[in-house]
Amino acid sequence: MEKMQQIVGRARAAFRSGRSRPLEFRIQQLKALERMVQEKEKEILAALKADLNKSGYNAYSHEILGVLGELALTMEKLPSWAAPQPVKKNLLTLRDEAYIGYEPLGVVLVIGAWNYPFVLIMQPLIGAIAAGNAVVVKPSEVSENTARLVAELLPQYLDKELYPVVTGGVPETTELLTQRFDHILYTGNTAVGKIVMAAAAKHLTPVTLELGGKSPCYIDKDCDLAVACRRITWGKYMNCGQTCIAPDYILCDPSIQSKVVENIKATLKEFYGEDVKSSPDYERIINQRHFKRVKSLLEGQKIAHGGETDEASCFIAPTILTDVSPDSKVMEEEIFGPVLPIVPVKSVEEAIEFINGREKPLALYVFSNNKQLIKRVISETSSGGVTGNDVIMHFFLSTLPFGGVGHSGMGAYHGKHSFETFSHRRACLIKDLKMESTNKMRYPPGSQKKVDW
Amino acid sequence: NPYAGLVSHLRASWLSGKTRPMEYRVAQLEALGRFLDDKKQEILEATELDMGKPSFEAFFSEILLCKNELNVTLNNLCNWMKDEHVDKNLVMQLDSAFIRKEPYGVVLIIAPWNYPIHLFLVPLIGAIAAGNCAIIKPSEISKNTERLIAETLSCYLDSDCFAVVTGGVPETTRLLENKFDYIFFTGTPPVGRIVMTAAAKHLTPVTLELGGKNPCYVSDTCDVTNVARRVAWGRFFNAGQTCIAPDYLLCTLEMQEKLMPALRAAITEFFGPNPRESPDFGRIVSDKQFRRLRALLGSGRVAIGGQTDEAERYIAPTVLADVLPSDPAMQEEVFGPILPIVVIANMDEAIDFINARPRPLALYAFSCDSKIVNQVLERTSSGGFCGNDTLMHVTLTSLPFGGVGNSGLGKYHGKFTFDTFSLHRGCLHRTMGLETLNTPRYPPYTQQKLGLL
Repeated sequence: MEKMQQIVGRARAAFRSGRSRPLEFRIQQLKALERMVQEKEKEILAALKADLNKSGYNAYSHEILGVLGELALTMEKLPSWAAPQPVKKNLLTLRDEAYIGYEPLGVVLVIGAWNYPFVLIMQPLIGAIAAGNAVVVKPSEVSENTARLVAELLPQYLDKELYPVVTGGVPETTELLTQRFDHILYTGNTAVGKIVMAAAAKHLTPVTLELGGKSPCYIDKDCDLAVACRRITWGKYMNCGQTCIAPDYILCDPSIQSKVVENIKATLKEFYGEDVKSSPDYERIINQRHFKRVKSLLEGQKIAHGGETDEASCFIAPTILTDVSPDSKVMEEEIFGPVLPIVPVKSVEEAIEFINGREKPLALYVFSNNKQLIKRVISETSSGGVTGNDVIMHFFLSTLPFGGVGHSGMGAYHGKHSFETFSHRRACLIKDLKMESTNKMRYPPGSQKKVDW
Repeated sequence: NPYAGLVSHLRASWLSGKTRPMEYRVAQLEALGRFLDDKKQEILEATELDMGKPSFEAFFSEILLCKNELNVTLNNLCNWMKDEHVDKNLVMQLDSAFIRKEPYGVVLIIAPWNYPIHLFLVPLIGAIAAGNCAIIKPSEISKNTERLIAETLSCYLDSDCFAVVTGGVPETTRLLENKFDYIFFTGTPPVGRIVMTAAAKHLTPVTLELGGKNPCYVSDTCDVTNVARRVAWGRFFNAGQTCIAPDYLLCTLEMQEKLMPALRAAITEFFGPNPRESPDFGRIVSDKQFRRLRALLGSGRVAIGGQTDEAERYIAPTVLADVLPSDPAMQEEVFGPILPIVVIANMDEAIDFINARPRPLALYAFSCDSKIVNQVLERTSSGGFCGNDTLMHVTLTSLPFGGVGNSGLGKYHGKFTFDTFSLHRGCLHRTMGLETLNTPRYPPYTQQKLGLL
């Protein structure tokens, strides 16, 4: 497919022209993006509703508010982020200029996911533009309304050659990945992450992989269960559980399991009313394939709450499973749905051992009144990120790098971390052509005297 | 899988947590310092046997620079290990938000033959400082140094956590089948691709320190004597077998004429009238490399040097004049004591020439006019840049050392090594109280809540 080669080639030629480099240009493009989000808010919310039945509130707060915040932060800070950074000099370089220069990498590829289809394209795009790159944008075809909208809108607001949008499914993405890029940021699953990195390896292209996994949530006996369960309920069932950093499963002492269930049930009623299906604030599973996948995880499980499904509307009720066995199917893969297994553990040691016996997750959660216990769980485990006594929230602090480790990913972004991800940090040492006498020490002929010095 | 046992042994040590306390890391680093002190003579002898490395050069690059990195690390480790507290937004004012530096686990360091101690030891310093276990794979081509490392390193480091694996391509291929938590590779781009492809199977993050042809632009306004010395020093150090050596010169015909006697004078000053007898000039590491380099001598015309001796693997410090872009010396990284000069009409042509080629690891520009140096810097891209000198930018540990594009990805030296081998984990530790502040985020999403947004 010549098409991909042409699109990427045009982006590269546009980058080589140098016009994406001046700060004024980058800020102008970011401002245009800001205008786009503000002017086309209705269309964006409508696309998100069509794709995921996202409520206006959730769509606005998760996908639009965050993007506007990131845009404002980036435009404000860009001059300071992009400024050369002088470094500490040693004796031999005291009279020289030594600094780290931030430079664009070239042509960046951003591959989005379907669960937060707008923000997962926009946030990387903002960082890549800010760093002075050309960017090829590939939204997920699964969230087809948002993909179509992004393909329509970006060319209306941004430089068409520098920031092209490529649509399509697996064949198109595979073809795109044969082209040479200077950085690839991929959000999606572990299996495809491996494919992306292998394709990148052919061109020695650095990658940022935002993948997933089973994010554990440990609830200590010593904790305010009502508060903990409210926060967990919010994070688990938003977007119908289709959030990469949703608490995937709960670990807690068997003695508090039923209280946890009661509290979550009460919160669910508070959030979505008696009839969840008719709540305008509860989303749907993205498509039939994922509906069937999530539904099959319920087989053979003790359903403490929920379990109702409706295939026609891809509806799965907020569901809680109790006394779940670590070997069951629901504990094998990332659930990515509104099903919350509770796995009983007798102690925090057992919880830590359980977590460490599995792949490193994208997020880890621990609830306790005991600060020391929280510190211990953090210190004795690994994960991309952590929130203690809440869920999801570390995502919203842009000064924290957001990314995974091991099977949950590599690299990080958000805020300044995006700018750095998409920049080349070039070491620069500028010396004087004079002052040659100081160099004499290093020139041959070598002598014992020089070694001793 | 012949190395599975070794890797799982190291992984068990890693899981035991013994590499994590600062005291342990300091003890291992101090042991590395003792290794350099105790084995200094053996290191000088081994590198002399391997590639005729002059003792002054070996002392400088294999001992002194390594001890400097050790000192910087030991002096700063405590600070580097500390949690980095980050700015918080309004909602999180009462929370604790920080970046936790964590080891990855079991890392693999693959080193090349040209600076066989330095190029495994400096990455190892960072790997240990960051709390990892490590497998070191020295190059089989520098076989005397390989033997020294394999036989003596275990006397200094904890053999439960640090191991040396020897062998050639088949052994390295089998080693790469195992899962590592980080891979640090120094070598050529083709092998870099193989390493990254192997890493992709396990989603292992990598740093690749590769190479390329490092251009050296000499403007018409410069102090010819000093330029000649600095360029000759950088080119002929280690008989040219240096990844950041000035690979080829770009200058006008007039400057080529002026430089030639100055280069001749510098070579004589450094190595005497017969460099073959100088103890300060090295040899080529292998017959294969010797024959490869000898074939490059047909490029342009031999203006200085050109003598060879196959038995000794000696190639005289050589300057080739009037080299054409199509000549053999311009088709691959030289990696030997041969300096091709390519004549260009002016600086713009030099910059176009550089930009038409893959981005190099280092780039050099010489001029008395700082505007010219800055122009070359601004209009090109490279891993690092040094104005008015060669090699020196990598001796400043506060500057990141690494490539871009074909010359590599990632960076190290000083704190950058520590950061390379650390996961930067975003942590948010919230308070269980103040739950009312969270109410706006919970459903049901009334008109009022929407308005609040």
